[in-house]
Parts: sequence; C-alpha cells; structure tokens
Amino acid sequence: MHDTRRTVLKGIWAIGALASAAAAGLLSPVRAFAAWNKGAFEAKSAIDAMRALGMSSAEDSKAIQIRAPDIAENGAVVPIDITSDIPGTTSISVFIEKNPFPYTGTFDVSQGAIPYVHLRVKIGESSPVRVVVAAGGKHYTTAKEVKVTIGGCGG
Amino acid sequence: MADPMKIRATLQGDVADVRVLMAHPMETGQRKDAAGKIVPLHFIQTITAQLNGKTVFNADVSQAVSRNPVFAFKVKGAKAGDKLSITWQDNKGDKRTDEVVIGAGS
Repeated sequence: MHDTRRTVLKGIWAIGALASAAAAGLLSPVRAFAAWNKGAFEAKSAIDAMRALGMSSAEDSKAIQIRAPDIAENGAVVPIDITSDIPGTTSISVFIEKNPFPYTGTFDVSQGAIPYVHLRVKIGESSPVRVVVAAGGKHYTTAKEVKVTIGGCGG
Repeated sequence: MADPMKIRATLQGDVADVRVLMAHPMETGQRKDAAGKIVPLHFIQTITAQLNGKTVFNADVSQAVSRNPVFAFKVKGAKAGDKLSITWQDNKGDKRTDEVVIGAGS
C-alpha cells in the first residue's frame, strides 16, 4: 500500500519535472531573427564593431586556434576553421579587419554545440582575421594574417 | 524559393559533425553587373540549427560570407536517427529550412 503510494508520488514528480523541462525548452529565448546587430555589421572598423558588440575589452589568448591559409589565392573563398579551448566558450565572432565592413559574424555555441566553426569568407585585401571568443562573461581574442592575391569584393 | 541546402551530419561518438552547403548569391552590394549597375545587397543574415526541435547552434553573419556558403559545426549529445534541421533567413526576408536524419558515423 505504502509502496504504491510512493511510486505514484514519484511518478507525479517525474511528470512534473518533464513538464517543466518541456516548458523551459519552449520558453527558452529562441532568438528572434530581428536580433541581427545592424550597428555592428555596418561598422567600418573592427574596433567600432567590437564596441557595438561590447567586445572591445577582449584580452589576447593563445587558447583560440584559427586555421586559415597564410596566402589565399582567391579572396572570394577563404576557408577558416576556428576552435576555442577556453572553458565555457559561448560564442565565436569573426572580424576581417580590412574588409569594408569588418564584422563577419557571430556563432553561438552555448546551446549544445562544441566551440568550433568552419566558414568560408570573402577577404578584399590582405588582412588580419580577428576572432573574439566570449566565455564566462569575458572576451578573448586572437588574430591571424591572411594574404590575398585576388580580392574577394567587387570582383 | 531558394534551392535546397545540402546537409551532411555524421556521428563521432555523441558528437554530430555537421556540414552544410547553402545555395545563395551572397551579394555584397559592391559588385557591378555587366551594365555597370551595382548589384544590391542580398545575403543570408541568420542561421539556426535544431536537434530534434531544440536550437543547438545559431549564427548571425554578414555579406562577407562567400557565395553558396559552407558552414561546419559540431553538436553535442546527438545520436543516430536524431533529426537535425537548419534554417537560414536573408536580408530580403527569404528563408529556407531543410532537415536530415543523423546517420551512424565512423
């Protein structure tokens, strides 16, 4: 008798937990498409874009790896691999400093992805590719120079 | 409506290795067409990936991403048979969602 009552209670608890988990899933901020940060994307320098994103105080870090070609033959398609070894990495942002609009994008990995991203970008002229990683409310950065022989913009 | 994406998701342990190719012109607003007129900005702005309906990865990007964009990312806690869907939306409000079932990997 008593056992049955326990089991029933446990069952109720389990249902409750499931329900709240489901509710959390539904209510978690599924980011609106409108969140696209126009100000940062339209900034004409990397530092202005970083300011618009609240990242201008990023400190240098060796725990971010940028894999990109030293010399890109075709600036229209430059493959970049970024891995962050910083614990608690929540997002990875990319800036191509000499592009007309340096801010290239932010990749949010806080909801179940590993802090890694691969993308292909256009680089107008030889430029440092700067990566800013957000982790635990702080920002970390590193950069890699990519030389371009044929530009990727305007062509 | 844009062409379908090509999505490949393979498992390595419980991590899904996802690669996606999107068909999109990604116009920078700086290029001129044959008649010398500037081709207006037209590019993907947001990308969202969901694993079994739960958002696991999202990105905001600019026109600096190459034409027919390729992205790769890794999703934790995936298993064979899970559904992975990817959605993009561009600056003209056009959007597209494609879904794959994660296959058993090596």
